[in-house]
This record gives sequence, C-alpha cells and structure tokens, in this order.
Amino acid sequence: MPEQIVIIGAGQAGVQAVQSLRGEGYAGAITMIGDEAYPPYQRPPLSKAYLLGAFARERLFLKPDAFYREAGCELLLGTHAVAIDRAAKRVALGDGRALPYDKLLLATGTRVRKLSCPGATLTGVHYLRDIADVDGLQHVFKAGARIAIVGGGYIGLEVAAVGAKRGLDVTVFEAADRLMARAVSQTVSEFFAREHVAAGIKLNLNTSVEAFEGKEKIGAIRAGGNAYEADLVLVGIGVVPNDMLARESGLPCQDGIIVDRNAMTADPSIFAAGDCTRHYGREGVEIRLECVQNAIDQAKHAALAMLDRPKTYSEVPWFWSDQYDLKLQIAGLARPGDRTILRGDPSSRKFAVFHLRDGAVVAVEAVNAAPEYLIGRKLIGDGARVAPEKLADLSVPMKSMAQE
Amino acid sequence: MPKITFVQPDGTEQTVEIAVGWSVMEGAVRSLVPGIDADCGGACACATCHVYVDPAWAAALPAKSEMEETMLDFAQAVEPTSRLSCQLRVTSDMDGLIVRVPSSQH
Repeated sequence: MPEQIVIIGAGQAGVQAVQSLRGEGYAGAITMIGDEAYPPYQRPPLSKAYLLGAFARERLFLKPDAFYREAGCELLLGTHAVAIDRAAKRVALGDGRALPYDKLLLATGTRVRKLSCPGATLTGVHYLRDIADVDGLQHVFKAGARIAIVGGGYIGLEVAAVGAKRGLDVTVFEAADRLMARAVSQTVSEFFAREHVAAGIKLNLNTSVEAFEGKEKIGAIRAGGNAYEADLVLVGIGVVPNDMLARESGLPCQDGIIVDRNAMTADPSIFAAGDCTRHYGREGVEIRLECVQNAIDQAKHAALAMLDRPKTYSEVPWFWSDQYDLKLQIAGLARPGDRTILRGDPSSRKFAVFHLRDGAVVAVEAVNAAPEYLIGRKLIGDGARVAPEKLADLSVPMKSMAQE
Repeated sequence: MPKITFVQPDGTEQTVEIAVGWSVMEGAVRSLVPGIDADCGGACACATCHVYVDPAWAAALPAKSEMEETMLDFAQAVEPTSRLSCQLRVTSDMDGLIVRVPSSQH
C-alpha cells in the first residue's frame, strides 16, 4: 500500500481520484496540486449557464471545502508543479518545494489551442477554458456587442447560443464545411446550423480566419477574404493536452500522456487520467478523449491501480452540449464508414442518429431524446445488435430494444 | 432556506438547508450527505444520486422528466417513490421534505 499519493491537477479527474482512493480504503497522505486559485470545479457550465449568468460561481465547485478536510487531502492551489524527478520520486513545485510520492497521478487536463494569426494578441480576443476566462469575458459580453466566434465546435456554439439569448450580435466562423464536424454526423451538424440561423446567428462555414485588426483593441476580423467589424472575439478551436511535465520527465507522450488500460504510464509509480491521456479505447484504438466521463471513469481506474487492484478501463464514452433548449447527448465513438440510422424527424426537434458497425450499435447522437441516448448507451456497452429498421421505427419503444 | 432531511439506511437523519433553485443533490453534496455520490455532477447521466422521497411528499413534487424516468430504469432497487436528486429543483414549498438514501448507488 502506498503512503504518499500526489495528484497534479485539481479538476474533475483529480477530485474523483481523491474520492475513489478514500472509498477504496486508502489511508495514507494525499496532496493535490492545482495551478488555478480554485478548488476542483465543473467546466461544462462555464460556456452555458455560468456565462448566461444563471449559475452562481459557488455552484461550480465539485465539493465543499469540508470534503477535502474530511478526506485528509491537502490542497495546494495556485501552485505549479514544474518537474518530476522520477528517480527520486519527487515533484518539484514552483515555490522551490519538493513533494515526495509513492504514487503520482497526472490529471493535468488540457489548455486552449491558441491562434497565431496577425492580431491574435489584441485586447478583446478571448478564449474560454476556466473561471477567470469567463469572468473576463463577462465584462464585454453585453447586449448589442458584436461578437465574432472563431470555431463552430461545442464551445463556440454554446457561446453563440448564450450570446443570442443575451442580445449580442453573433457571427460564427468555421473553417470546415459543417458545424461540430469532429463530434457529430452530417445530419446533426445541419440540424444545429438551422437552429443557430433561426436564432439570428450569422454562420460562415468554409471560412478560415486570416487576421484580427485594430489598434490595441479588436475592431475587425478578416476571414475568407472579407472584413467583418467586431467588438470582441471568442476563439474556440480546441485544446491541447498538458503533457509537458510527463514528456520532460521522459515518459512516452504523443498528443497526450500514454497510459495502459489501467491508467498506468510507462513508469509503474505514475498514473494519468482524464483529458491529458492517450489510452486504448474500448475498441482497441488509441484515443484521447475530452470529456467529463473519461475524467471520472479513468480516475476511478487510476485509483484502483494505484492501490494495486487494477481493473481494465473500457467504459463507453459520453458527451453532452446544451444549445438553446436543445440537449445534445452522445454516447460511443462513431467512425467514418459506420452505417447511420435516423430515428425521428429533426424538424420535430427531437430525434437520434444511431451508428452501426458490423451490425452492432457503436454510437448514438440524441437531440432532446433521453431514452434514445440512455438506452443507446446501454446497447453500445453490451455490443448489442439491433435491426436497423427497428431503430428507425418510432413505434418500437427504445426499452424493448434493450431487453433483447 | 428550505430544510431537507436525508435519512440513511440505518435511520440516521441529517437535515440540511438548500437554497431555492439548487438541486437536492447539490445541497446533499455540499453538506457531505453520505450515499449521494453524484458522480456526473448533475448531468443526469449516472443515476448515483438516487433517493426515495417520503410517500407523503411524493405527489407534491414536480413530475419526472422523460430523462429522469429513463435514467431511473438503470438504477438499483427502484421504488415508486424513487427520484434522482439532481433533477429535484428546490422550491420554497419543499421546506420539510424528507428523502431516504438507498443502501447503495451501484
């Protein structure tokens, strides 16, 4: 049994690891290091209810302070881990201290990918990843302001939806030919494009941003050969994993810290969980996931493995996005070439797209369709084969498909 | 603030104040009520915040959404008064609500 566990990263995966370690009976010391000023909090509401102003900051926190006291977890916030000495099993901190560990968990998450085009550092160019980002954005996120959103992915579109609700003049620029192209099918992309246009959003697909213009402060955005006036810019073009510490300590990394099915890195004393990892997905393909599900589930497995009770990680990934009154829920990972089955009519604003591979359900995208999502998730986990015509038939209840 | 009482399987009671607009789950997590795991943080995705509402209260609460209804199909030891506490939004007339915590969420 280890006696000293250090967790680098105070996010969803880190706090789950604390909870799981104690739940599994670990009685030794736990120290969690976070570079933000806040204890672990939920990021998903940041671009949704929190930006809208409908969610008080204190509701973001995953646990009350008393949780860490009762769990005997020392929280070092506003603290940077700067190096891992694997031979001495110590983590060096920015303030000069060194923390010894028996087992180390890297739950370092991701950081935003930044644009490097001309004008990218002008005042008024915002990113959205943490509480401080949203608090900074709030000052200028006002009715009537012209906001240019770069990137038609989850973050960009959630901000667009909140912006429309709050009376901003919203224009979205997306380099690909459809919205959320990495995450959803053509059908779902097109559905959301129609919804955003109906809400008054100006959508520019196939449009790459070339430059931001202005004197100190943003005044216009140049994209697709045209100039668009803008009072502020929100860039949401993805994230990159925080794998530098691992990389510099000699651990194998490739767009993420490489871990095995037990969340163990190449060093048997070091584990990693959440957005920062590259791991074998349940389909045996190396993947890196950016989602709450992976943070929670991989952290649970990391906790077990740190206590020498490894259990193979193979949970079905799930994701969600809220835009207007639309709840998009996705389970599983679709691939090009999967057969897609539409259940329901998108114009009814309640439908699902199932993805079949070799006859088995491998992914579902559901819009305002909870049974399709939840039972779909179970079908995926079971590797269930369901006849396409049944999936497409609304008169066949989802429940009946799970019972086969 | 409305006071809500959580009853553990061994009969232990804990009464906590929860702000109007918060979910019963959020209030439970904040007050470290044992047995409300709420793994997913309120996304209605995990069914680990399952509670049994006191029968006297069951009819007074807002109806279950399709989402909650379906999610409960995946929970263990479901009873007619089962609810997911992340979906119970606290209102002023919930003052005095009593819910029982199941013996396991998994």
